[in-house]
Order: sequence, then C-alpha cells, then structure tokens
Amino acid sequence: MLSMRDITKTYRTELVQTHALKNFSLEVAEGEFVAITGPSGSGKTTFLNVAGLLESFDSGVYSLDGRNVAGLGDRELSKLRNEKIGFIFQSFNLIPDLNIFDNVDVPLRYRGFSAAERKRRIEEALERVGLAGRPKHLPAQLSGGQQQRVGIARALAGSPRFLLADEPTGNLDSQMAEGVLELLEEINAAGTTIIMVTHDPDLAARAQREVHVKDGMLVQSLAA
Amino acid sequence: MQGSGLLAYNFWLALRNIRRNVVLSILMVVAIGIGIGASMSMVTVNYRFQANPIPEKSDVLHYVRLDSGDPNAQNDAPPNQLTYLDATALLRAKRAFREAAMSQARMAVVPPDREQRPFFARARATSADFFAMFNAPFAHGGGWTAAEDEGAEQVVVLSAPTNDRLFGGENSVGRTLRLANGDYRIVGVLDEWEPSTLFWDTSSGGPGPVEDVFVPWSLIVANALQRQGNTNCWKPLDGTGLSAFLNSECVWIQYWAELRNEAEHDDYVAFLDAYATEQKALGRFPRPLDNRATPLMDWIAEDGGVPNEARVLLGLSILFLAVCLINTLGMLLAKFLGKASEIGIRRALGASRGRLMQQYLVEAGIIGIAGGLLGIALTWAGLRGIDGLIDEDLGSFLVIDWKMALAAVGLAILATLVTSIYPTWRACSVQPSVYLKSN
Repeated sequence: MLSMRDITKTYRTELVQTHALKNFSLEVAEGEFVAITGPSGSGKTTFLNVAGLLESFDSGVYSLDGRNVAGLGDRELSKLRNEKIGFIFQSFNLIPDLNIFDNVDVPLRYRGFSAAERKRRIEEALERVGLAGRPKHLPAQLSGGQQQRVGIARALAGSPRFLLADEPTGNLDSQMAEGVLELLEEINAAGTTIIMVTHDPDLAARAQREVHVKDGMLVQSLAA
Repeated sequence: MQGSGLLAYNFWLALRNIRRNVVLSILMVVAIGIGIGASMSMVTVNYRFQANPIPEKSDVLHYVRLDSGDPNAQNDAPPNQLTYLDATALLRAKRAFREAAMSQARMAVVPPDREQRPFFARARATSADFFAMFNAPFAHGGGWTAAEDEGAEQVVVLSAPTNDRLFGGENSVGRTLRLANGDYRIVGVLDEWEPSTLFWDTSSGGPGPVEDVFVPWSLIVANALQRQGNTNCWKPLDGTGLSAFLNSECVWIQYWAELRNEAEHDDYVAFLDAYATEQKALGRFPRPLDNRATPLMDWIAEDGGVPNEARVLLGLSILFLAVCLINTLGMLLAKFLGKASEIGIRRALGASRGRLMQQYLVEAGIIGIAGGLLGIALTWAGLRGIDGLIDEDLGSFLVIDWKMALAAVGLAILATLVTSIYPTWRACSVQPSVYLKSN
C-alpha cells in the first residue's frame, strides 16, 4: 500500500541544515491502522507531508499503491493525491465561507465526477459521519467535533485508498475525540488504510501498529 | 473534471470571492476602468485622426501638389497647396476623371426670415466635381454643373444643418438666399453628412462638421470671396490688389484628382511634370521636378495625420494605464496571498497549480471585464470632456464606436490577465503544508 525506503528529507537555510527524515523506511499494508508517534520535532509531520505528496524528498524510494512517486510532476502528484489520499487535519482546514456540502464537494470537483455523482457521494459521506441533516451549515456554525466530522466526510467522499490523519483529535475535548476515534476505527474496519500522527499514547494504543519516530528516523514499530 | 465543468466551478468561485472582497474588487475595477478610460480616450482620438474617412473611394482620390516653391527652401516635398495660376491651369486642362480646386471662405448669410439675425457661415468654394468625388449625399437637388461654375453663376449648396436653420428643414431648392455679396439660387441641400474629418482640406480642415455652404470655385475670384485658410508666399507679390495676388507664387488652394487606376495616376503625374517643365521654360518652378498625386490615405498619413499633442497624450495615457495596472497588481497580490490557506487546502485535496491558476485567472478576467465596461463609460466621458475643451464643434468625430468599445474590453481583460499572472503564480506557489499545519 505504502512503501518508503531510505527516505531522506533535509531543510536548508543559509546557515542551518535540518535533517527532518534520515533513511526513513516504512511499509504499511492495505487495511492497516498505523499510529505514528514521537516527540515534537521528531519528523512526524514531515513524514506525513511526504507521504501525502505535499512535500518532495531528497533521496530514497517511495511507492504509493504500487506507484513510484519519484519524478512525477505537479499535475500527476495532484491527481494521485486526489484519488488515493484523504487528509484529516488537526485544525480541520475547512474553507470557512463554503457550507458543509460545498466543503465536501471540493476534492470531488477536481476528480471530474458528474453533478449527480458528486451529490450522491457527498450525501453518503455526510450520512456516514452523522451530519446528513446539515449540508447548508457553515463551518463556524458547528462544534469542533462536528467540524472534524465534516473533514472526515470530505476525506472519505472520494473513496481514497488511505487516510492520513494529523493529530485528528488534537483540538477536541475527550468526548468529541472519542467519537472521532470511533469513527476512524469504523472506517478502518470497512477496509480503508489509516496512518495517524499523534502525541497521545492512549490514541496510539487504539491503532493496530505504533511506529515511533525520533530525530527523523523510525526507531520502533510495535503491534498494539 | 470536464473543461466546461471546471470553468463553471471557477466562475462560481470567482464570483463568490469577488462578493466576499467587494470593496477591494471595486477598487480594482475602478483602477482598471480609469486606466482604460484614459488610454482608450486617447487611442480613439489617434484612431479617428488616422481612420479612413471614405473607404469606398480612398484609393482613387489623390491630393495634387506641384513644386512651385522656393529654390532655397530645405523642403523635401512640394508645397501642400497650389497657386491660383496652377490650379486654374490644371482645371482648364481637365486631365483627370474628376478634379476639384477648393478653398475655405467666410460668407455672411442673411436669413430669409427677418426675425433671424445675419450670421457668418463657413463656406467652401469648389469645383462642380467636388460632390461626386467625395460622395456627398444630397437630400434635395444636387451640385452645380461645370458650366454654371465656369459662368460664375451665383448658386449654392446648403448643408443639412444650415438648411434646417434657414428653412426649417424644408426642401429649399430653387429658393434664393442672400449671401455676402448677392443673391444665390439654392441648387442642392445636403443630407446628414458626417465624415470623420474634413479630409479634403488638411490645411484648415480637420475634425468638425462639413462647411455650411458650398459655392462654385469661380466665385472666389468673381465675387472676391473672403478666403480663409493658410496662404504661403515665398516670393513678394508683383504689385498690389487681387490681380497681383492671383498671379503670385502664393499657395492657398487645395486640389484633388480622382484617378481610377495606376495608369491614370501615372498619366496624370506625367502631365503634371510636363506642365511644370513648361512653367520652368517661363521662369517659374525653380526647384527640381517633384510633382505628386498622392493617394488619400498616404496624404492623411503625411500631412493630416495625428497631431503631435495627441501622440504625446497617448503616450502619457498609456503610462497612466501602466500605473493603474501596477496598483491593480498590488491589490491582486494582497487579495490572492490572503487566500494562501485556502490554496493550501485545495492543493492538499487534489488541485494542481495549473487548476488553481486557472481559478484565479478567471477571477482576474471577470474583474478585467468589469473594468473594461467601466472603461468604455469613462472613455465616452473622456471624449465628451475633450470635445468640451476644444472650441470647435467636432460633430461625431470623437465618438467611441463598437470596434473601440470591443478593443477597450479586450485591452482591459488582456491587461488584467497579464497583471494577474505574477500574483496568481505567487499565490499558487505557496507550500501547502505550511498553511495546513498553521491554519
């Protein structure tokens, strides 16, 4: 599903070089729920950005769903991102002046689905996250937990092969966090691969496997 | 996404963004509109000066010049007008298909209605062929005949506004009108006629309505009409009075020949050269032979084209447009960079840089169209303003036509799109991960 071998990523300024990922290797099988943990600055977010094709890497081999992504242009990377990956962000990243329906619609627009197909998928995704009755609400009219559910609906609507979640419960209280986590578990149970970056050991324990990252390197990979 | 679907989506997003930042959007539209209005006003002025005033005949109408000028002058072209001696000789020779000598004059008009006060009219004394050569449209009657011209008969053709003023627009043909020095029989009334310039007389013409009255050429001498326009004399007159002036080397007459093809043109120029050679034998024409029959559009380009002031103002207005566009660029940059987080989200959700650039270029295009439409209105206002600043009545000369209106909108869209390339590129080049984490 996802295969990284010896991935290196270095950020350079005029004075400093920061090795965010050093010979980072990871295999994630289809249907897995993997938690990526590690202290701040360990390289978790860089891993997520590289895995999500939002940032390039300096060396190594990265295959996504069997496709080597090295050398792909912006258009192909965008297509791959649109079709294969669903993102769930800590700060939800909904577009504030679009209503829920239109927010979930965004990735589908770039996918080229017909209007009827988009409508069907949006309604299905909102139904799945328990927000079917609020398509016209703006994000600001929803609670944090509901906004995150919209984010999950948006990630799911395009039927991606895997979800990348960056601290998906980081901005939520424990009750809402539990609801979101249960939803992710349900999605995973339905067959979608999930890679989740988290600080929270309790959250990581809910995943099938926990991968610990330190100083840009994978130091431990444990089955939960 | 299908192309049309994406375009519709981009259009919808653009309208939404414009509504969200309505003040900034209006400022951009106003900046573009003012720039387009200023530049298109001056482009229109320049365009009108260079426009073909009679496209259906411009190829066959030729402006005639004979080099009877000063041998010590540094001119590289013959004088712009003819002497009375030469114009009379050319008219008498009748070597062109049609030809006309002419000069502007000023004539007092005594209205038949005693309630109206007498006034001075702009007159043109010209040959019988004038009306046919320049496709003058008649509402009533027609021009005079060559015989009437040669016989110095007191006949007159009125312009439509003059006929309206004197006779309330009725058919006045056959009636008598008292002009400066006698009674004139009205033989024709022109229909509405608004050539873009009075191209037949670049020395005193230019933009403005056609003359008020037209009288036969022979009357300029027979009735000693009060001439108007430029007169240049390189040699002192040999005596005083009208006779001395008519026999002098002073140039003051415009002369046009209708030459239907190249052979007629070449024959006519050969005739001019032969005439000049003959005159040389009589002690005139001291300069080398340089006699010309110049096609109308070449003549307009050479002499009656765009005034230098209009060219300078055009340059300044284009600089002003550039300043407006630079302002717009700044506003677009601020607006699009303000969308960085949304761009980051869209990038993460699968929008390529190209698609996002398309989205923001559509928005810029809509602003450009709005700016262009405002620009048309401001161009119209600008032209009216220029018209108001000039004492002369320019008639329909400074009017924005549909071609200029289209050009204004096209220029606005093009200028806005070009201006928006950098802000769009900057906005779409943001690193999405930065905004996704910090949003």
